Amino acid sequence: MTDTLLRFAGVSHSFGSVLAVDEVSLAIRRGEVFSLLGPSGCGKTTLLRICAGFQRPDRGRIILDGADLTDLPPEKRQVNTVFQNYALFPHLNVFDNIAFGLRIARRPEAEVRREVGRMLELTDMGEHAGKRVEAISGGQKQRVAIARALINRPLVLLLDEPLAALDLKLRQRMLVELDSIHDEVGITFLYVTHDQGEAMSISDTIAVMNRGRVEQIGSPAEIYEAPQSSFVAAFIGDTNFFDGAVREADGDYCRVAIEGFADVLLFNDKKVRPGGAVHLSLRPEKLLILQEPPPAGEERRNTVRGIVEEVVYLGAATKYWVRVGEYRLAVYRQHRRFLLDEKPIKWGDSVWLNWHADDGYMLERYSEADEELLSLPDTGFEAEAGSPPGPAPEEGK
Amino acid sequence: MNRFPSPRPPLPAPAPAAGRKAEWLLTLPSLAWLLAFLLAPTLLVFAFAFRRATPYGDIGDGWTLDTIIHLASPNYPAVVWRTIYLSAAATCLCLALAVPVGYCLARLAPRWRQLAILAVTAPFWINFLIRVFAWKSILAIGRPLHSLLARLGAIEPNQPLLYTGWAVLLVMIYTHLPFAILPIYAAAEKFDFNLLEAARDLGSSAAGAFRRVFLPGISRGLLTAGIMVAVPCLGSYVIPDLVGGTRSEMLGNKIAQYVYLERNLPRASALSAILTLTVVALLLGFLRWSDNRLRQRLDAAPARADREGGRP
Repeated sequence: MTDTLLRFAGVSHSFGSVLAVDEVSLAIRRGEVFSLLGPSGCGKTTLLRICAGFQRPDRGRIILDGADLTDLPPEKRQVNTVFQNYALFPHLNVFDNIAFGLRIARRPEAEVRREVGRMLELTDMGEHAGKRVEAISGGQKQRVAIARALINRPLVLLLDEPLAALDLKLRQRMLVELDSIHDEVGITFLYVTHDQGEAMSISDTIAVMNRGRVEQIGSPAEIYEAPQSSFVAAFIGDTNFFDGAVREADGDYCRVAIEGFADVLLFNDKKVRPGGAVHLSLRPEKLLILQEPPPAGEERRNTVRGIVEEVVYLGAATKYWVRVGEYRLAVYRQHRRFLLDEKPIKWGDSVWLNWHADDGYMLERYSEADEELLSLPDTGFEAEAGSPPGPAPEEGK
Repeated sequence: MNRFPSPRPPLPAPAPAAGRKAEWLLTLPSLAWLLAFLLAPTLLVFAFAFRRATPYGDIGDGWTLDTIIHLASPNYPAVVWRTIYLSAAATCLCLALAVPVGYCLARLAPRWRQLAILAVTAPFWINFLIRVFAWKSILAIGRPLHSLLARLGAIEPNQPLLYTGWAVLLVMIYTHLPFAILPIYAAAEKFDFNLLEAARDLGSSAAGAFRRVFLPGISRGLLTAGIMVAVPCLGSYVIPDLVGGTRSEMLGNKIAQYVYLERNLPRASALSAILTLTVVALLLGFLRWSDNRLRQRLDAAPARADREGGRP
């Protein structure tokens, strides 16, 4: 799985004076699900449209399977798109929508029937073949759109926010179906979404985009656990940011003085020397919230004391806001066991927060503006319901 | 599957008899109006076709099939045929011109669109007769257009442009083009242009996408435009009268000739009946088509009610 199928080489595109895509270079491997993840206006849809051929980039090349696509019109490219609002042809029924690509290619009718039948089976739409597209539900339209795009056997399937128009439950179900369709057909997916939960659950690789640039490329776990920038840390999941200076460095670990907070022990993977400034991201679920002081003698753990300022019950977990010095930390506590006689942690309680030195992560790039992402309306436990409220109009439409 | 089925509200009962009665009562005045002032006069016209003509230009007594038999005389089919082909040609050319215009209008930025639509409707601000007279002077011999065509060798120096079938066709297209553009624009404006991208994406050329997706997408507008042009074209009188010659007269002129010059009302009535029946046949075809479309849409509607989540 190391050969590159699709490559974006230094692609830039602007609309008027707005730079939508800024020097993006990506390598997408054969057979993988590659997601472009970012907030609306980050350039991900423009990049997809450039790949499909609806937009010509100002600069840069797109190479598919060794051939330069940049100057080809959409119909000459071996890629197909699942559009955000499906874009099914209203004057054709389900069968004819799926058959469209083959009929354009003037394939014999027997082959059309066979291939459409195969697609209907793959997407479990066999019984709806004769229905008008107005007569089927959103989830079914989604499947027709996928079948219609797959029937041409593209090298890459481009998916533009394919689940954005569906409600939450259906979205989760379709996500699983998309995943199994991918396993079945083995076609490379280029998946555009603003929903981190979607991207995390379906992707082999995620490219996080912000303001037309790629912030970080990596597996979902890498992106989540080892964010390079404050944008990635804040956009994906929830986190706490700190800035401090290394006081002493000793082998793999260092001690960081954080003004207005505490001195904390931190894994020093970036080999920062004493005196160096560091920015730190600490995921809320990595923090242990305790009503009593933690047992002494634990290796490489940090402990601070704080006051609970806010308690938000989320079902699967509770989110606490804990004041420690000048900082207000977000903390998640999973409800592993629920005991009625347990003394709950309440507003105003004094608590201990405890975490392992390895769980804080040093960021390479930090921007204060990204803290804004954290103060967004808090919708809950990340990945579950933590998606932004709905698709905002994308750029380049 | 569904462990907590929620009771569904009952479907609304079919309209009771009282509702039907009210419906009839409400429709009655307009029905009466149509009967008295549209259907009755039309039937009278039909009936006149079977009466005798008097030398004084009145409707005589007794019934005859003479007029109908006279319709078979060799000079009628030419007029009928000319009326049909001129109207058909005008309709097709109007549509051919209006489709790209409608497409462009729908894709214009809203600000420019307003202006462009104003431009399309601008001719309506000038009296129809004046506009036709304007064409008389544009097409006349010695005018720039005529001189230009003559110099290019397209016509003989003293060959008239006016008083030909071509002049009639040109002015009919000119007159009816806005009636074709507006319905096509209205349909194109509702058209989802993403569908063209989807077609391109699936391997269709730009022209193929236009033909396979855009034209079916605006089919209703095309049909409406066709009717809006064809019906008045079939009934043309002023245009062939002013810019056409004796070899390009249409049914409308023939009818006028029988009413005013030959004072033979039965023959005028017979020709009018032919015209009316042609138009009615066209409209019935249109109604049937749009009725089918509507029924398909209604059939599609109930399935939409249990959208999402209704899947096993």
